[in-house]
Amino acid sequence: MNSLITLPLLIPFFTAIILVFFAKNIPVQRWISTIGSISTIIAAVFLAITVYTDGIQTMNLGNWEAPFGITLVSDMTSILLVLTTSLIAFVCLLYSFRSIGKEREEFYYYPSFFFLVLGVNGAFTTGDIFNLFVFFEVMLMASYVLLVLGGTKIQLRETIKYLLVNIISSGLFVMGVAYLYSVVGTLNMAHISLRLHEMGQSGIVTVIAVLFLIVFGIKGALFPLYFWLPGAYYAPPAPVMAMFGALLTKVGIYSIARTYTLFFTQDVGYTHGLLEILAIFTIILGAIGAIAYSDVKKIIIYNIIVAVGVILFGVATFTPESLTGSVFYLIHDMIIKAALFLLIGIIIKVAGTSNLKEMGGLIHRYPGLGWTFFIAALALSGIPPLSGFMGKILIVRAGIDAGNYWGSGIVLLSSLFVLFSVMKIFINGFWGEAREYKQQEKVPVKWLLTAPVILTICAVLYGLGTEALYPIISTAAETLSNPEIYINAVLKE
Amino acid sequence: MMKTNNVILETATKVIVFIILLFSVYMFFAGHYEPGGGFIGGLMASGAIVLLLIAYDIKTVTTILPFDFKKVTAVGLLFAAGTAAGGLLFDKPMLTHWFTYVNPPLLGKMSLHTAVLFDIGVFLVVVGVTMTIIQTIGESE
Repeated sequence: MNSLITLPLLIPFFTAIILVFFAKNIPVQRWISTIGSISTIIAAVFLAITVYTDGIQTMNLGNWEAPFGITLVSDMTSILLVLTTSLIAFVCLLYSFRSIGKEREEFYYYPSFFFLVLGVNGAFTTGDIFNLFVFFEVMLMASYVLLVLGGTKIQLRETIKYLLVNIISSGLFVMGVAYLYSVVGTLNMAHISLRLHEMGQSGIVTVIAVLFLIVFGIKGALFPLYFWLPGAYYAPPAPVMAMFGALLTKVGIYSIARTYTLFFTQDVGYTHGLLEILAIFTIILGAIGAIAYSDVKKIIIYNIIVAVGVILFGVATFTPESLTGSVFYLIHDMIIKAALFLLIGIIIKVAGTSNLKEMGGLIHRYPGLGWTFFIAALALSGIPPLSGFMGKILIVRAGIDAGNYWGSGIVLLSSLFVLFSVMKIFINGFWGEAREYKQQEKVPVKWLLTAPVILTICAVLYGLGTEALYPIISTAAETLSNPEIYINAVLKE
Repeated sequence: MMKTNNVILETATKVIVFIILLFSVYMFFAGHYEPGGGFIGGLMASGAIVLLLIAYDIKTVTTILPFDFKKVTAVGLLFAAGTAAGGLLFDKPMLTHWFTYVNPPLLGKMSLHTAVLFDIGVFLVVVGVTMTIIQTIGESE
């Protein structure tokens, strides 16, 4: 029995539960969470190897046959995302040890952290649409706690907005599932796909597709539903911000990619055309935000929105090549966004401000920080040997092959603006004369810096190892572009 | 403010609390064949404790029930997660349950099901969460 598939869910779950018992004992909490996090990574690696050698892994929970019970499905896409999530969680945890502060650690920071990991891993692994909703809620509730924990004024204000938006979108999600259930009469994702393909094209399915796009668009910050994100992500402390920026929107994107490749493939001209237009507007609006602000946090936050647009443009083009590009870019973006958020967390800590105009000359005191940021910034914008290149080139090439010159042109141009926005941080923050900082003596950043350095090294290796990774990721995209593989693996016909 | 003498409420509570608790246990065990189960049983049990809180005060109730309800929640989660993971130990998928019929002397034929363990988890989580919410709001000034 392939019990391996449950481990990326069960390990964070048990870790979170056990951590509740040691709420006041911070050293014990740190040890338990380190062990839990490392074993999640190990389990994910083994599962990835199994999926690569033996194909898609499934488990019917409670030993009920496929369409009747809940099925956990781990195909290449989801296991790669689970692996990336576990890695980012571990790195953010290392960063949290030195930065989050005693008062947050004593009030269930680590249990909430692991419930977030559980929710994200679960959402990537599940093969049941209602179970996806439940894991969304697990993830969101943990994120509410992490967002508000600490209770500063800005956190309280932004949590109210974030809570309100997400409750409404969860309500819409339930409505979407209810409509879908009344049309197809099943909740298992493979079975839904099968039924929808048997039914053929009908208007109500397109309506449901758009409703799902709205729901996941709110979760994944798609134009015009991204309005809540810049404020909400501005509030929490750096490691939480890194977790949010790297994971939460990506679950929305994954859900769009999953539903739009598995379910709604009948009326591609309308649904994917709509997605394409929204993706392009997302890129434009994100790029405008990224160059407009001179606040380091805001710049990186708007870069999330640009990346959401780029990935979804690849999904909307809907060819094997563009889907490969999307998966490539999705994983790259998770890693590099976490690295950048952690880096600007350090920058804000040493400069004492998040305003670019009050910074300058950081490179003299913190060369390691400066060059790591430089490499991460180049990787973000997709300079060839680094990680962002391959995904974007595939997306652009597939877009041009599909005759979509405008969209591809905008994706290419967005790279320029992204590069401009992060180089603005580098030039204004690191070059020039050193300003008067609030702290006169050097802030020790060595330990904090290890976390983003690990991620940046991963990003560089990811870029250099493109050749080796390409077959793995094209396997992932093959499952996306060819739903029969998924359906056969789950329903075993 | 002088404390009013709540002798009728307190005396009535002493009797009623046990009836509510019994009913919650009944509901809990009825869950498999009739309406009921861990969730409603847990809510009713915490309803009984809330009645105690109304009749007496938070301090008295914490002396009667000296639990940290956050840990009660965690124990409940352990029950649920343990039952879920238990299937894996016997080379079956997660959340696989077993049942068997037994014939104890007085009670007659009855079935024992591992889903009850899962339901105990739900019961404890519901009690823990409800009481944590109420006590936290009640204590904060």
